Amino acid sequence: MKELNSKIPAGPLAEKWTNYKAHQNLVNPANKRKLDIIVIGTGLAGASAAASFGEMGFNVKVFCIQDSPRRAHSIAAQGGINAAKNYPNDGDSVYRLFYDTIKGGDYRAREANVYRLAELSNNIIDQCVAQGIPFAREYGGLLANRSFGGAQVSRTFYARGQTGQQLLLGAYGALSKEIEKGTVKMYARREMMDVVLVDGRARGVIMRNLVTGELERYAAHAVVIASGGYGRVFFLSTNAMSSNGSAEWQAYKRGAMMANPCFTQIHPTCIPVHGDYQSKLTLMSESLRNDGRIWVPKDEKDAKRLAKGEIKATDIPEEKRDYYLERRYPAFGNLVPRDVASRAAKERCDAGFGVNNTGLAVYLDFKEAIGRLGEKVVEEKYGNLFEMYERITDDNPYKTPMMIYPAVHYTMGGLWVDYELQTTIPGLFAAGEANFSDHGANRLGASALMQGLSDGYFILPYTMQNYLADQIGVPRFQTNTAEFDEAEKQIREKINRLMAINGKKTVDSFHRRLGLIMWNKVGMARNEAGLKQAIEEIKALRAEFWKDVKVPATSGMNNELEKALRVADFLEMGELMARDALMRNESCGGHFREEFQTQDGEAMRNDAEYSFVAAYEYQGPDAEPVLYKEPLKFENVEVKQRNYK
Amino acid sequence: MKLTLKIWRQKNNLDKGKFVTYNVDNIPEEASFLEMLDILNESLVVKGEDPVTFDHDCREGICGACGLYINGHPHGKFKNTTTCQLHMRKFKDGDTITIEPWRSEAFPIIKDLMVDRSALDRLIQSGGYISVRTGGVPDANSIPVNKHDADLSMDAASCIGCGACVATCKNGSAMLFVSAKFSQLALLPQGQVEAYERVQKMVKRMDELGFGNCSNTYACMAECPKGISVTNIARMNRQFLAAKIAEPLKK
Repeated sequence: MKELNSKIPAGPLAEKWTNYKAHQNLVNPANKRKLDIIVIGTGLAGASAAASFGEMGFNVKVFCIQDSPRRAHSIAAQGGINAAKNYPNDGDSVYRLFYDTIKGGDYRAREANVYRLAELSNNIIDQCVAQGIPFAREYGGLLANRSFGGAQVSRTFYARGQTGQQLLLGAYGALSKEIEKGTVKMYARREMMDVVLVDGRARGVIMRNLVTGELERYAAHAVVIASGGYGRVFFLSTNAMSSNGSAEWQAYKRGAMMANPCFTQIHPTCIPVHGDYQSKLTLMSESLRNDGRIWVPKDEKDAKRLAKGEIKATDIPEEKRDYYLERRYPAFGNLVPRDVASRAAKERCDAGFGVNNTGLAVYLDFKEAIGRLGEKVVEEKYGNLFEMYERITDDNPYKTPMMIYPAVHYTMGGLWVDYELQTTIPGLFAAGEANFSDHGANRLGASALMQGLSDGYFILPYTMQNYLADQIGVPRFQTNTAEFDEAEKQIREKINRLMAINGKKTVDSFHRRLGLIMWNKVGMARNEAGLKQAIEEIKALRAEFWKDVKVPATSGMNNELEKALRVADFLEMGELMARDALMRNESCGGHFREEFQTQDGEAMRNDAEYSFVAAYEYQGPDAEPVLYKEPLKFENVEVKQRNYK
Repeated sequence: MKLTLKIWRQKNNLDKGKFVTYNVDNIPEEASFLEMLDILNESLVVKGEDPVTFDHDCREGICGACGLYINGHPHGKFKNTTTCQLHMRKFKDGDTITIEPWRSEAFPIIKDLMVDRSALDRLIQSGGYISVRTGGVPDANSIPVNKHDADLSMDAASCIGCGACVATCKNGSAMLFVSAKFSQLALLPQGQVEAYERVQKMVKRMDELGFGNCSNTYACMAECPKGISVTNIARMNRQFLAAKIAEPLKK
């Protein structure tokens, strides 16, 4: 059995990263030119890593699935990015950001990683401002901050409701600078098909050129996977259409372990589902919860009349409204963490208080805020979000409350990485949402951007050097080797097999069915019986997919084939997620097992038995993966039951 | 809803291409325009026909991937709307909708409605950034920025790089796109250091890539889904002139 070594540096928590940097190995500039690095993905993590590697003098090849690196899905993040600057003088510190993130993650993340994240958060803001990112400012010219879900201080920096866009375009600018210099070579419209291992180390990739349909080989001394999360296993999610888990999944099949795959974030404020043709769900930034109040009717009869369209939200008087978050969690109110807010909405809707025709929606009301601040101030703060809402729903949120419901948003689980962000395959690194490292069982708002950029700008440039230091004597790789031949042959066989099925059902129809299984049984609330059923249903669906899917045998560009390859992987990932959820006999963060809850319906952790990272090792098709446990030690925080009351 | 779709089909860049008419039925009003195309494509796949290829990704109006000419307007005729944010309730039952790809010399067609917009990336590569390295930068609050300028900078920075401005311009000019990036940086103190060099490099690259010149018809602003203003073009022209006099690029 392999040993999971997290490689946490010695010393006190606050000095670990400094100690690491002081003692790591370096590569001299003349040698950097001889070393090649491949980066998969150009989101915040991938673009910032590739740009930084280029600046350092490495040769970088970077790949993205879209037509341009500027379109990676980091661009859609709305609310903001956290940092421990304490500019508002409200008592924030690196320790407090660390503590909030550990607590928010329900004590299922590594202390050392999270502390480093909090430490680096301040460097990110400095970097982004120097890049010309137009963050919101106060009249005095200094940076503005706002509070964000799950935090009691204002530590979130933002650029209107488009923070992800601005940070990504900043990283894209840095990447463009290196492309112009020639240190980075950019390959767009490519999708990773496999990682190639030579003598147990990651030495290259096979990419599919989405325009020509050709398979292409690329070799390097190290590979970084920064391909994002796998939330589209649920079909409907806030992720982009091309977001997928296939790069992670190929790495897993080659021996990298998957950690905590069942930890999925269901975001509380999304526009509700309205039809079965729907392709994706749209997030309404969590920042809306700063001023919006969430409610459902107190009386179930009112909910029924709302559902039938007999009355409107504005017909229900104040005293007949149930502001259930404020009622249940007086200390945090509407600002409880995402997992808590999502479950509370589900609880009310399941009890029959949902407010739309499907019964799966709650109100997010700005009436009080408009009264307190005036419509103009509310418009300044949230105008673009209100506009987006109106465009999609044809409802004016200044006049009637928004309707929202939780939706799949982010996967905390991902490739297992050590402190250096290296997977269990030497030379294969994972960054951003693709790794599991920092968010435990639940990610706090405005933390994803922070993690993506700290991985890419400030962690990988150091740890990659440390890895490559003993690779300087390894000559540049050729791609005409047996290892590349074998990997390419397997992909060709898989593609040919898919195109030969010529069944009756479309790829999307399978994806939708998988999504329903996942949402109903591996979603916001899970139980043993449901998870066991889900595993069997996914297996059956997978078998049916490989017998009856219809993939056109078009050469060259073939969107259906692209989707089929991704869905084939989702049909395997979904099963691993259900297995992981079944193994974890506790409720923590986004993972809620109905059997394990307190009397008033709160999540009940089991620290004695489940305070570990679950890492799975692939054993071959249809074989059960082997579970490795990395114990979590908490030496700097007191582990408590989360309490937002 | 029942609709007649006239869609541009073109197998690849060398193919001549033609309009093909499709009739679709039972399109829900709440569906987005791209979901309507999904429904069409699903039916084509079942029939064994080649589905219509188009670029799309986030489907929430921010990534800039989608972009179709709908009834003669990029992203359709509604203001401040990307194709993915256009909903079918804006059309009437029985409508005929003409759907074409972006048409511009700088954007060769790849297949059907999908075009190659990599020229926009090459424009940014010519100087659409501040040349700072990772690390070693001053504290974020060390340089105060006038709020008004920061807001204008953010307005310009909202560009999603979809290329509608180029596609709608009779000259195929990328002035709105380039000036938006230029202005974002020029309005901030951090962007001043390289401003003269940046404006000349970006304009030079624009000419090299075969984009046309600006003749102030403002069609770009009218069609921009993010409402980027032509005042950015004026700002860039002023700075270009100043740069040419004060610090011309060495040949």
